[in-house]
Amino acid sequence: MSTAAEIGVWGVPLAILGGAIRVSTPFLFVSLGETLTERSGRINLGLEGTLVFGAMTGYAIAYETGSAWLGVLAAALAGSVFGLFHGWICRFKGVNDIAIGIAMMLLGMGLAFFFGKPYIQPVAPDLPAISFGWWSDIPQVQAALQVNALFILGAFLAVAMHWMFRSTRIGLTIRVVGDSTDAARAIGLNPNTVRLLSTAAGGALAGVGGAYLSLYYPGSWTEGISSGQGLMAVALVIFARWNPILSFWAALLFGGAGALGPALQSVGVTSGYYLFFAAPYVLTLGLLILTSSPDKAMDGAPGELSITK
Amino acid sequence: MSDTTTASPSGASVAFAQWLPRIEAVVIPLAALLGGLLVFSVFLLVLGKSPVDFYGLIYKAGFSTPFSWQNTLSRVSPLLFAALCVALPARLGLVVIGGEGAIVLGGLAAAVLGTMLIGAPSTLGLLVMAIGAAGIGALWIGAVGWMRFKRGVNETIASLLMAYIAIALMNHFVEGPFRDPASLNKPSTAPLPDSLRVGDMPIGIEVHWGFAVGVLACVLAWVLIDRTTIGFAARIAGDNVRAAQVQGLPVGKLIIGFTALGGAFAGLAGFFEASAIHGAANGSLVAGYGYTGILVAFLARHNPLAIIPVAILLAGFEASSGLIQRRMDLPDATILVMEGIVFVVLLFSETLYGKIAVFDPKFWGGRA
Repeated sequence: MSTAAEIGVWGVPLAILGGAIRVSTPFLFVSLGETLTERSGRINLGLEGTLVFGAMTGYAIAYETGSAWLGVLAAALAGSVFGLFHGWICRFKGVNDIAIGIAMMLLGMGLAFFFGKPYIQPVAPDLPAISFGWWSDIPQVQAALQVNALFILGAFLAVAMHWMFRSTRIGLTIRVVGDSTDAARAIGLNPNTVRLLSTAAGGALAGVGGAYLSLYYPGSWTEGISSGQGLMAVALVIFARWNPILSFWAALLFGGAGALGPALQSVGVTSGYYLFFAAPYVLTLGLLILTSSPDKAMDGAPGELSITK
Repeated sequence: MSDTTTASPSGASVAFAQWLPRIEAVVIPLAALLGGLLVFSVFLLVLGKSPVDFYGLIYKAGFSTPFSWQNTLSRVSPLLFAALCVALPARLGLVVIGGEGAIVLGGLAAAVLGTMLIGAPSTLGLLVMAIGAAGIGALWIGAVGWMRFKRGVNETIASLLMAYIAIALMNHFVEGPFRDPASLNKPSTAPLPDSLRVGDMPIGIEVHWGFAVGVLACVLAWVLIDRTTIGFAARIAGDNVRAAQVQGLPVGKLIIGFTALGGAFAGLAGFFEASAIHGAANGSLVAGYGYTGILVAFLARHNPLAIIPVAILLAGFEASSGLIQRRMDLPDATILVMEGIVFVVLLFSETLYGKIAVFDPKFWGGRA
């Protein structure tokens, strides 16, 4: 406690900053995945289930092989299978993408709990972190600046995805399909295939987000590992206006809200812990209320997206 | 509907053709249920487990003896209420999936009111608790409807976020202001006195009154939706909001009213859980009934009367979970996997409507 006293109240914003970086990574990956899927005109509400299944798969494979990175890869593969299935089943007429998302969320969690039972006790290897706090003697600063490799990868991915949407043929294809099925057909694109691949890629990213949960922070596999991060990330995409760069900042903001409770707890504020725990949900809801509109379509929304139509 | 009635030649086939969509609406979900169970059987076979044993155990644990029926029927009540919380807003085209939050807060409200009413007459006390639970549920899910109507906030995401907030609130109150100091390992509110516990129905097996009230709620919801002008207006608004507004229907009141009513029912589920089952509010209120209720409502195609048999069936599945774990060495999530598979197959079956020849009046000789 003596070291905490040295930096005093500065410990709180520092812990929130460090926590924001730690907590935001799953938000970042899921929201980038959902941005990709929604830009193609489909919504996958099932990413919460994909996240949980990715967390289980990542942990199980990391434990079995001894390599955390193989775990991440396996989680991405599992996530893409969930995405492919969602994308495939939504091609059929009359099948509602939102309802399928709910069903896939429940199925994904059920399968993760089913196969994850034997992996609750064992300890799997962690993902490596890079220390950016070497210049400081203060342990809190060093702890806050321990940045996981996946966070950095996610940040690069956000920039790359932004560039892809703006300047590449693939990005343009996805945007055209997302804005108008008819226009896409008219220029010879197959909207269902583009959406299938976008949903699969989105699922893979959500799986990686899940692997981060079980392999780095909190760093173990339990059935309560996700508390709605996958769902909040879907809401975050709306708030970030389907923009990957804005998604990055929004993920940091949500991470900070999620780190609020533990940060206050670390300096001795323990009353109302559960209320601080609710902060990210309240923040998400508040932002949704502020940024939604009852009559006009949202800026930047893909035209074919059922959620904004 | 209208084209089938005008197109058919004779009186008898008019009546028959009118029934075709209803038969279709029963046969397809039933087939989807069986199809889902079949897919799950394949899943079991791949794992080297016997589907015959599995379904045999479900029958044994859920539906074979008075004791197993007691086991099943005591779980039906929260599923009925939770499914109504999905089915009522669904009439307006809204997908509300956060009933779990209203159940949890309803249970908390009932238990807290109960601790304040110790010594009050039993009937009055229970009534106040039930009204409090329904009230907080109505407020909670009604707020989702309000956000949808006033701000265009997506109700599916909002309701699930509200469920997480509700669980955090319940944890806060149960571990803080309303914690019974005597509850050491599992933080709870003070235990309810016997006079404020809902008892069993006089039917020979131990099933509390929540079952009867839940069935009554389904019947009343059916009357509201199917037999009143309010229900008719809701269906029009569900089909086309713009058209309903042009006709001068109070779309806002319908949305807020239907979501609030659904939330009130979910709150009642919490009241019965707290008063009849747990005797206090604690973490056990977060039992996932709200999520199973979503599947019940979808299987029943959001028809409140159909919710009753579907809820009994799924309650039987969940009641057999313990026996399946012990006898077949399968994890407790097995029932979750089965429900998830049935849900996916069911939603897939939506694509079959209007594609099966037997349900087309033309198949029976009518002109289209």
